[in-house]
Amino acid sequence: MLENERLIELYKIMQTIRKVEQKIEDEYKYDEMKTPIHLSIGQEAVSAGVCIHLRKDDYIFGTHRSHSQYIAKGGDLKRMIAEIYLRRTGCSLGRGGSMHLIDTDVGIFGSSAIVGGNLPLGTGTALASKLQNNDRVTAIFFGDGAVDEGTFHESLNFASLKKLPVIYICENNSYAINSHQSRRHTKNNIYKWAHGYDIPGYQIDGNDVIKVSEFAQEAISRCRNGEGPTLIECMTYRWKGHIGTTNDVGEGFRPKSEYDYWISKCPIKWYVDYLKGIGILEEKMDSSINEEIDQLISDAFEFAKNSPKPLPTELLDFVYAN
Amino acid sequence: MPWTTIQVEKQDNYFIKDESDASRVISYKDAIYEALDQSMSRDSRVFIMGEGVDDPGGIFGTTKGLHEKYGRNRVFDTPIAENSLTGIAAGAAMAGLRPVLIHSRMDFLIISLDQLVNHACKWSYMFGGKVNVPLVVRTISARGWGSGAQHSQCIQGMLMNVPGLKIAVPATPYDAKGLLVSSIIDNNPVLFVEHRWLYKNMGNVPEALYSIPFGKGIVRRTGTDVTIVALSYMVIEALKAAEKLQAENISAEVIDLRTIKPLDEDIIFESLAKTGKLLIADTGSKTGGVASEISALVAEKALHLLKKPIVRVCCPDAPTPSSDILEKVYYPDSETIYTKVIELSQRQF
Repeated sequence: MLENERLIELYKIMQTIRKVEQKIEDEYKYDEMKTPIHLSIGQEAVSAGVCIHLRKDDYIFGTHRSHSQYIAKGGDLKRMIAEIYLRRTGCSLGRGGSMHLIDTDVGIFGSSAIVGGNLPLGTGTALASKLQNNDRVTAIFFGDGAVDEGTFHESLNFASLKKLPVIYICENNSYAINSHQSRRHTKNNIYKWAHGYDIPGYQIDGNDVIKVSEFAQEAISRCRNGEGPTLIECMTYRWKGHIGTTNDVGEGFRPKSEYDYWISKCPIKWYVDYLKGIGILEEKMDSSINEEIDQLISDAFEFAKNSPKPLPTELLDFVYAN
Repeated sequence: MPWTTIQVEKQDNYFIKDESDASRVISYKDAIYEALDQSMSRDSRVFIMGEGVDDPGGIFGTTKGLHEKYGRNRVFDTPIAENSLTGIAAGAAMAGLRPVLIHSRMDFLIISLDQLVNHACKWSYMFGGKVNVPLVVRTISARGWGSGAQHSQCIQGMLMNVPGLKIAVPATPYDAKGLLVSSIIDNNPVLFVEHRWLYKNMGNVPEALYSIPFGKGIVRRTGTDVTIVALSYMVIEALKAAEKLQAENISAEVIDLRTIKPLDEDIIFESLAKTGKLLIADTGSKTGGVASEISALVAEKALHLLKKPIVRVCCPDAPTPSSDILEKVYYPDSETIYTKVIELSQRQF
């Protein structure tokens, strides 16, 4: 079990993610963030529970839906918002947008908007850790759509064969855009596919940040001890539609009953009640935490909006590295 | 696949005098081996991965025994997963290593296009230059003995269209070693295009380590009547054609591009200023290939230097047949180039 300080940290991370995403959602309508966004609202516990156990020099790779992982891993918030506003001060210098955030200072080595595309890359940084003889771990985040791709299978096979220090985190929110998992897989047991590659695989409640934390801690420890990869399938749900600020609940979309159920299982709401229940979070502390987060977010958006955009003359910079 | 070896063995030992004054003469395949060996020796970050890199054949001799010398952490066999292997190599490159990924047939490169094109080649740009991907992908194009459509491709033209990639096409042992060393030193993804029919060719190669810059072609034979621009194996056929043309009093200048991305435009324009006539010989299919790109460059920047239409000598727009009769018709050679140059010189315009 985590110490109180870390339990509070988990709350801070999830609340920061939630508030950042909500602010992005609010601002999006002004058409200043000229990039497709894929919000993580509802899935905060997965990133928080995993990243709290990772060191700065551990690697993570994300997907098109990676705002939560970026924040959880300690990515620079100003640079993230500036990137979404496509400013020159953005983490990717305005060339990546929302789907391609990076912060190598804290091990965020990028994200791929090709479903399944990041799996080999993270397996590669894990290979490097093994060849370089260090104990840096790689965590790869992907969804229930990515496991359909060949890269998932090829990567797991390779990682298992070479006993690489990599953890595969599947955020199963049941949908690949509007395609339900039941239309793509014969059973609801992605975690079992890992067993086929001789990799320990678990399916857990992805909205229980403590559960995620426990399983992630164990998996990361296995990696550091040279015991090889682990797959953790975290069952969760996205609150918004696949892209932008749309809602996709009701006729023809996701069933309202399903949506209502998952809203009631909000990963932050039950956790706050839990922390208050065991007496480590009281009102004053909660207020102060939220004030701090609000200030952080306000500063980041201020920074972004006041930042210059890239110059046309810079178009061809970075096509090639020097 | 040993059967193309039968065809390779039948090739005559074509010797090209290179810019090296080294007295030592070794084969193209040994030059590649040496580039790998010496690069790995001086830089512990370099490693080799690919299907069969540590088997007794050692990728036609180019990696033979390297796993014994450097250990199985630095030279290792892999599952048959070209796409993910490319991404894995790219990830290792992001983490500071210098991987050399080998496809024993260029055809297998197609399987890897997602991780090569969508990921490795875009990572530097997409993230504002924050991460580099110093990845080398070696491919070997086979030919002959009924290898067929899926074991004979020369698709460097297709890859020329990919931003963020560099492409080397060495034709001589000297260039093979120097360009492979440069490829490994380069901080970008590099496609190193080899041709199986060049493997036996001998050339002067210094024993010491050296590198050759990208984007610098070389004149293999000076001439005044026609410019023949060639790459990879077609450099051999172009030089043979030039020999034959001499008997017809046609003086052909043969340019070996050495790399096609970046491509040495100036060397082509300088030659055209003398000859006014251009023939381009590529190992791949015609439409949308390397010869098309060169033609466009000349039309854009050197139209005033052209006196006659451009001629492209490439494989037809058809998959490679396995029939020995059809193979013979499929592949252009020095005879084709010779005939085309004669036709060109006899045209009014």
